[in-house]
Amino acid sequence: MHHSAHHPATGEPLPPVDKAELIAALRAIVPDDALLFEDEDLRPYECDGLSAYRRLPLVVTLPDNIQQVQAILRLCNELNVPVVARGAGTGLSGGALPFENGLLLSLAKFQTIIDINTRRRTARVQPGVRNLAISQAVDQYGLYYAPDPSSQIACTIGGNVAENSGGVHCLKYGLTVHNIQSIKIVTIDGELLEIGCEGLDAPGYDLLALMTGSEGMLGVIVEVTVKLLPKPDRAQVILAAFDDIVKAGAAVGDIISAGIIPAGLEMMDRLAIQAAEDFVHAGYPRDAEAILLCELDGTNEEVSAHIYQVRDILRKSGATEVRTAKDDLERMTFWKGRKAAFPAVGRISPDYYCMDGTIPRKRLPEVLKAMSELSREYDLAVANVFHAGDGNLHPLILYDANKPGELERTEEFGGRILELCVEVGGTITGEHGVGMEKIDQMCVQFNSLELSQFHAVKDAFDPKGLLNPGKAVPTLHRCAELGAMHVHHGELPFPELDRF
Amino acid sequence: MGSAVMQDQDICAELQEQVRAAADSGTALCIRGGGSKDFYGREPQGEKLELGAHRGIVNYEPTELVVTARSGTPLKEIEQTLAEHKQMLAFEPPYFGEQATIGGTVACNLSGPRRAYAGAARDSLLGTKLLNGRGEVLSFGGEVMKNVAGYDVSRLMAGAMGTLGVLLEVSLKVLPRPEQELTLVQEVLSPSLALDEFIAWARLPVPISATCYHDGQLFIRLCGTPSAIKVASDNIGGEAFTGETSDTLWQDLKNHQHAFFESERLLWRLSVASDAPPIRLDGDWLYEWGGAQRWLLSEVPMEDIREAARAAGGHATLYRRGPRDEVFKPLSPGMMQIHRRLKQAFDPNGIVNPGRMYREL
Repeated sequence: MHHSAHHPATGEPLPPVDKAELIAALRAIVPDDALLFEDEDLRPYECDGLSAYRRLPLVVTLPDNIQQVQAILRLCNELNVPVVARGAGTGLSGGALPFENGLLLSLAKFQTIIDINTRRRTARVQPGVRNLAISQAVDQYGLYYAPDPSSQIACTIGGNVAENSGGVHCLKYGLTVHNIQSIKIVTIDGELLEIGCEGLDAPGYDLLALMTGSEGMLGVIVEVTVKLLPKPDRAQVILAAFDDIVKAGAAVGDIISAGIIPAGLEMMDRLAIQAAEDFVHAGYPRDAEAILLCELDGTNEEVSAHIYQVRDILRKSGATEVRTAKDDLERMTFWKGRKAAFPAVGRISPDYYCMDGTIPRKRLPEVLKAMSELSREYDLAVANVFHAGDGNLHPLILYDANKPGELERTEEFGGRILELCVEVGGTITGEHGVGMEKIDQMCVQFNSLELSQFHAVKDAFDPKGLLNPGKAVPTLHRCAELGAMHVHHGELPFPELDRF
Repeated sequence: MGSAVMQDQDICAELQEQVRAAADSGTALCIRGGGSKDFYGREPQGEKLELGAHRGIVNYEPTELVVTARSGTPLKEIEQTLAEHKQMLAFEPPYFGEQATIGGTVACNLSGPRRAYAGAARDSLLGTKLLNGRGEVLSFGGEVMKNVAGYDVSRLMAGAMGTLGVLLEVSLKVLPRPEQELTLVQEVLSPSLALDEFIAWARLPVPISATCYHDGQLFIRLCGTPSAIKVASDNIGGEAFTGETSDTLWQDLKNHQHAFFESERLLWRLSVASDAPPIRLDGDWLYEWGGAQRWLLSEVPMEDIREAARAAGGHATLYRRGPRDEVFKPLSPGMMQIHRRLKQAFDPNGIVNPGRMYREL
């Protein structure tokens, strides 16, 4: 792993940073209590939700207004200091991993909900506002913010925009990119830009889409206006059990073919079911090979009509059992098992590694088969939790970090799963982002021309490559070094580059 | 051409040759599909790069809710194919001509009456294959709903009007067609009362899929199961809008074939905050998208219209019949700088659709 920051496109090391000079200059911008530089104060910032990667930054700043952010970025640009922006640090791909000679810019103090506009159904919030806090604040108006990543209690909206976060309701309600109206960003040269407007579109290029999911590489998000939706009249959940996971996969296609778009459509395999059941007693059938949770929402009449249809479809698809939640309490219980699936797996294994790939749903049987073969090859168990409606897989690899070599084996296994996703026409990340974690798999998904185009986009915003360097898009040399391992479409990748 | 059916074919290699040659010689290219949107944006200029022959649906998986087609594929062919499987493009694209293609639709990010309720073309876009201004064939995004690998270059292409590259293929999310639709009509005295009504209904979970207000008449289209429509229409009230016109009302609106659009005056599109009060400018107004899209036929000076749109939280586009040098709202210097750098990043020689959107791009 590279320890100092490198230019994202060329891979050249960035010039060293004079810590004393940087601290002195930062003191003129932020108050002393918003500036951390002693090792013990930096420790909490050494990693994000992907704790396998840890590094201490040179300094941490916690500005509390946009002018400070502008001044900090101007300074970093002038002194060539790498900058990593951080919200709540719940990201799962190491996107907020600091640099040893860089500045960590925490947006944690930006916690104000600036304005709730019920007529427009929007909320203008600072980037450090938690995802769930938005829905809670607008609940009294019968509104909510749709994207609900599983970390929604802690994750911030700024981080959600940077990662284009999803959740369990994406098939019907979309990702973050579909649910925001405008943002304000500060560029590396300290300029404040407003992207999007108060209408449904804005003139010029769709920079809102470009910024969403750009993983802190293009600018720092300092304000977000989200779109709100009216809370549905009614939501209802059906639980279906299957004796064969392939049948469960086919049932998903059958529901969609019937013209129904469920609000949520989740699948769990046997190992995940058992772990969840042992942990929270959600009433899942322990002997099932797979279960589907299908949430239907909308008007009362529509939900009634769809429940009837979906139950029928599930039975015809070979479900061994179909249960509809009797009331809201049972609905919550059904969901509780799914939502607790990750910690539940954490109980049966010392460590687990959560993967995040997306596949075309019809390829599920072969992907599951290949995964179980890999599981045998690496001698590591896998539990599967799956946003079945949109093909987003979350295989959880069970391992023990205390056993020598097991983490490395796990990472390699994980990498193979992601490559499998690309092979069947999917992607290496559905919602967790590339960050540090999947940087090598980017070489599998994209060729050198595409990666170069990404670098050119980065360069348009950040010519010095100071914003989150080394994340999200690998250098061509890094890919060439890996090249021997990956042969894509039968062609040697990056033929134009030297091999070392 | 008569009734001869054009063959599906992939002319990617020829297109790539043409773009490469143009990049070498610095020749401006004018990307053209069906030519139905020649009127839109700044004046097309340069040698024509014809996409019409690059056509055909490459992949359509009804159960995966995705269709991938070559950019020259007629929009009509795609919509007909989807309809056979009771599916649709959720953004209800306008045609502006029988020959409209899917590539042009995405490049202009054009969306119809359902836009405020189901998203724009860019929201349905999952992936693209494109030729940048260097003549490199690149693929971004894909055919899956959730994909956050790399920058969202696909969506950046939506609405870029070909100034960043030539779309070769697009993958779009599709949705089931609603089981039923019903349009209600109400007599509403003023646009501000109509806006109040749009806003009130938008705050409640009612299955609205289109809205329009013009000349004292308010139209609301409901979609969903028959039982849901029944309850919603009882709540909202108004006459069921039936007869021949109910089928064509929304079609005519999106394609600008509605009587409102028959005019000699300049046609402006104002995209503003949905709750912005009616704008006091002389002319004839038609409201859509719950108030967020407002069409204006007027001879009021451009500066006044741009300023009014800005004050209403949005921007104005001179859509038809005006001078074509400043069609879209001018960008701030900071925004223009980013735009120019992005143009440079995709098209360093400035050859793809130069000046079609802004003079500088």
